[in-house]
Amino acid sequence: MNKALAIQGQERWASALGGAALVVWGAQRLSTRRAGSGAMIATTGAGLLWRASREGAASRHAGARGIIVEQAVAINRSAEDLFAFWRRLEQLPMIIPELRSVRQIDHRRSEWVASVVGGRVVRWHAEIINEMSNALIAWRTVGRSDLETQGSIHFDPRDHDRGTVVRIKLQYDPPAGAAGAAAAWLAGDSPNQVLREGLRRFKQLMETGEIATTEHQPRGAR
Amino acid sequence: MKALVWHGKNDVRVERVPDPEIVNPRDAIIKVTTTAICGSDLHLLDGFIPTMESGDVLGHEFMGEVIEVGSADTHRLKVGDRVVVPFTIACGACFFCKRELWSACDNSNPNARMVEALYGYAGSGLFGYSHMMGGYAGGQAQYVRVPFADVGPMKVPDSLEDEKVLFLTDIFPTGYMAAENCNIQPGDIIAVWGCGPVGQMAIASALMLGAEHVIAIDCVPSRLRMAARRPGVIAVNFEEEDVLDRLKQLTAGRGPDACIEAVGLEAHGATLDAYYDRAKAAMFLATDRPTALRQAIQACRKGGTVSIPGVYGGFLDKMPFGAAFGKGLTFKMGQTHVMKYLKPLLARIEKGEIDPSFVITHRLPIDEAANAYKMFRDQRDECIKVVLKPH
Repeated sequence: MNKALAIQGQERWASALGGAALVVWGAQRLSTRRAGSGAMIATTGAGLLWRASREGAASRHAGARGIIVEQAVAINRSAEDLFAFWRRLEQLPMIIPELRSVRQIDHRRSEWVASVVGGRVVRWHAEIINEMSNALIAWRTVGRSDLETQGSIHFDPRDHDRGTVVRIKLQYDPPAGAAGAAAAWLAGDSPNQVLREGLRRFKQLMETGEIATTEHQPRGAR
Repeated sequence: MKALVWHGKNDVRVERVPDPEIVNPRDAIIKVTTTAICGSDLHLLDGFIPTMESGDVLGHEFMGEVIEVGSADTHRLKVGDRVVVPFTIACGACFFCKRELWSACDNSNPNARMVEALYGYAGSGLFGYSHMMGGYAGGQAQYVRVPFADVGPMKVPDSLEDEKVLFLTDIFPTGYMAAENCNIQPGDIIAVWGCGPVGQMAIASALMLGAEHVIAIDCVPSRLRMAARRPGVIAVNFEEEDVLDRLKQLTAGRGPDACIEAVGLEAHGATLDAYYDRAKAAMFLATDRPTALRQAIQACRKGGTVSIPGVYGGFLDKMPFGAAFGKGLTFKMGQTHVMKYLKPLLARIEKGEIDPSFVITHRLPIDEAANAYKMFRDQRDECIKVVLKPH
């Protein structure tokens, strides 16, 4: 078992144990008449337990080649429209808030900057290694980068009003040493979460023209 | 502006909060002229719905006047239009909206992943109904931000006063969809558990859709009286009569053709299983108290339908699934696809087939909203439905 898989395995157990503990703690709070928060804590615990049981469904060990994560979503837009948005890499921070910026250096090469937990910054350079118009973009990190990864996005139009299936695969080797922050970000299912939420916002933006939010809305004192 | 704010179990207050503003291009801001307290708001007051936060503005039945629209070129509404606003928020463009499954909209819930962890997949965002359901500020307020205002809100004719059209936002379509889900055939007898506002709408709708009789079940005399005013309704008080025996008698031993369960997760009951549920819920061994649902399953005729507009949130215990399987029942449920019903139900109101304002028992200024919640919950003063005036 390589190091990344070990981290992931530990997180899964932490999630399961944490979930179980929250269920129990929530139930205890209920018995001390703080029922509302007790119910919520217990429900959250149940959610974590569920998550633990699902962990690994979308990420798997890729032998000597690190971890692979994969997410897919069907979007009610043409493959042409979806491809065109994604190919303008500078737009990606709109749907992946963890990305601070993406700068296109030339047609193939780009520079990426992301914020990770704790406010630290991770940078990498990527180049497009395969591109099929309206169907596929594949890339890998090159040169001086805080992490090493390669990935692809596929656009697959379906019949019967089922939209276009967008599928992202990401393969990475967990970085070590100075890039510990990146390691923390990439450990466990975080990349899955980032990809899933990114695809969700991509779908929202492409289907509705905006991203659903409750920011700036009125609320009372807490 | 003034708004009704949730601070915890049994703690809602009217306070000053910032006015809403346009955030996304398809938003509109509505000046609320009339709003209401829904039976499902009582689940929030009672602390049954997870992911509420202190400071949340409640309310999902509201109507009013458009005072601002966002920059999108898709808006059909203009400043000054008078609209009713569905409690479900839907984008109009996704797989589900295109199939008229509006309350299953893929794109309107910013916190969809919270629901996915519990339910597998997330439904649409809702106004004022917990962060898991989107965390949108609600309409028991002077002003509301309405997302996707080019899809949901419907203009209403000036000839119809607020109270006649307000309930198009939730309880009328909800009761109507519950009845429609029963696939009513001539001669059918429909039993309805719960004669609160949704139950009353379901009773009226079942009769409009051709039910021969509706059997209305509750324990609150004023609610039973309101139901029984309608020709074709037989009222049954579950504290005075054995419901299952009585239903058998009233249906020639066959059972109701369909059962509508308009009670939801906080059912009261005088039966042994009801006490069992209270004990289990108190220890968090179960989340919901499905007394009425169990009875509906038990009562329903072979091959019949159990239609559930009552709200459920979590896990049910001791469901008589053997009875459901043994009789080959059909179950229909879920949040209402409000947008699907707005026009046809407005037409019924305009033709005078129904005036949904019949459920209103109390009209109050918003300043009295906190007391109104408690009056509604405790069924004081024969309270069935409260409408609030925010201005």
